[in-house]
Amino acid sequence: MPDMDGEDHFRRFEFRDPGRAQALRRTLSKLCEEIGENVSIMHVCGSHEQSIARFGLRSLLPERLNVIMGPGCPVCVTDMPEVDEAIALARQGITLATFGDMYRVPGSVKSLAQIKAEGADVRVVYSPWEALKLARDVEKEMVFFASGFETTAVPTAAVVLSDPPKNFSVLSAHKYIPPVMEIIAEMPQTRVQGFLAAGHAATITGWKIFERFVERHRIPVVTGGFEPLDILAALVELLELIRDGECRVVNAYPRCVTPEGNQQAQRMLWEVFQTEGGNWRGIAHVPNGNLRIRPKYAWVDARERFEIDLSGLWEEAPPGLAQECICGNIMAGIAGPKDCRLFGKDCTPQSPVGACMVSSEGTCKIWYEYGGHVIVKESPHERFEKREDFHDRVGGSQKG
Amino acid sequence: MCLGVPGKVTEVDGLTATVDFWGVKKRVRLETVDEPVKAGDYVLIHVGFAIRRIPEEEVGQTLALYDELIRATEKDLMTGDIRGEIDAAGGG
Repeated sequence: MPDMDGEDHFRRFEFRDPGRAQALRRTLSKLCEEIGENVSIMHVCGSHEQSIARFGLRSLLPERLNVIMGPGCPVCVTDMPEVDEAIALARQGITLATFGDMYRVPGSVKSLAQIKAEGADVRVVYSPWEALKLARDVEKEMVFFASGFETTAVPTAAVVLSDPPKNFSVLSAHKYIPPVMEIIAEMPQTRVQGFLAAGHAATITGWKIFERFVERHRIPVVTGGFEPLDILAALVELLELIRDGECRVVNAYPRCVTPEGNQQAQRMLWEVFQTEGGNWRGIAHVPNGNLRIRPKYAWVDARERFEIDLSGLWEEAPPGLAQECICGNIMAGIAGPKDCRLFGKDCTPQSPVGACMVSSEGTCKIWYEYGGHVIVKESPHERFEKREDFHDRVGGSQKG
Repeated sequence: MCLGVPGKVTEVDGLTATVDFWGVKKRVRLETVDEPVKAGDYVLIHVGFAIRRIPEEEVGQTLALYDELIRATEKDLMTGDIRGEIDAAGGG
């Protein structure tokens, strides 16, 4: 798009410099040696996983460094009963608008795509603003089934504050990331030694929000961008903190993340939403993990506006394969897609069983599309074993 | 979706702005950005809303990743997400 002047070209080159990637790789290896034991780092962002898998970054990492994706896919952690609520509303004859990823996620019994095929009025939108405009076009009640972390909840809040038409309401499945990091940190089987924080969620909240977490759990947090070198640099920061036993927050993504974050966005977020405890699919009850509409905006809250009866839906039998899905363990970082019997066989992007195979931010879909699945985890906390074919295919170009 | 997409502001009209994404012009909402935005600025857009004005000296670094991804195939997940973000713009 933009006209790149000479300086920008230089920056770009520096940013993709294979020599710098090699240097970072050597630094990571050296740090792992100095630490002297296996290290597990968790990121909580689907876009981070996309970048890691897409650019083959795991092939550059030392064997002792295990980078796992936690609950970083908002659609994947949406609890089945939340999808069921949307389905129950659509079955009442209400027009339902939602994001494309959510459209195909299975609830307890069905997905929104399936009930649309049965005649329900379900629309796919890209933006809360588009949902608002749609409500102006349809005369009857229209519910926006809203998903996403705080980054996406801010635009939903903006729409609620923009004097929407009277037939518009929101069914919020928005989630808030900081509390789930607390849950993961307390899971004995996870043993995460450092967190790579989600860059654009932190754009909203700022990096200081993680200070309390670091103090409480003695686990360092580094915010990181999405460029391959951004991620490698953030991992270097984390390993240095782990080696030195230093627990603090480091901002390795200053071009988007500030100490206090986007305060205008935060004001809108907390004006409209409050946190509530709730289940994250497959993970646990997360205190303060859900963003729900405040009572003062009850008129725009679909849960206040409509009777949502799920009992009829739950009398239908759930699909059998769903019971074998291990999405929950994958999102908690205690299993990988390859540990799932269904992965790539009964569960594919064309015919997904679990939410992780539906969303473009889901670990299973990312591994399926980019081939991350060739890295086989032997068992939790043991070393990664990398297949030779993966080295041959991906490793050569960037390792030099 | 978490990635968002950067675009160049070509015109500001109250709470909406016209933004150029690699030659495609769209309208985005500005109420969610915490700094004044003017024509020529780059902003990070998520689901049709600006969430960050990108500091001028950091525009080149921010665009590098996107410049590559925007040219990748339709099937690429990151490219798909970025194109989805461009489709999401149209507010106002």
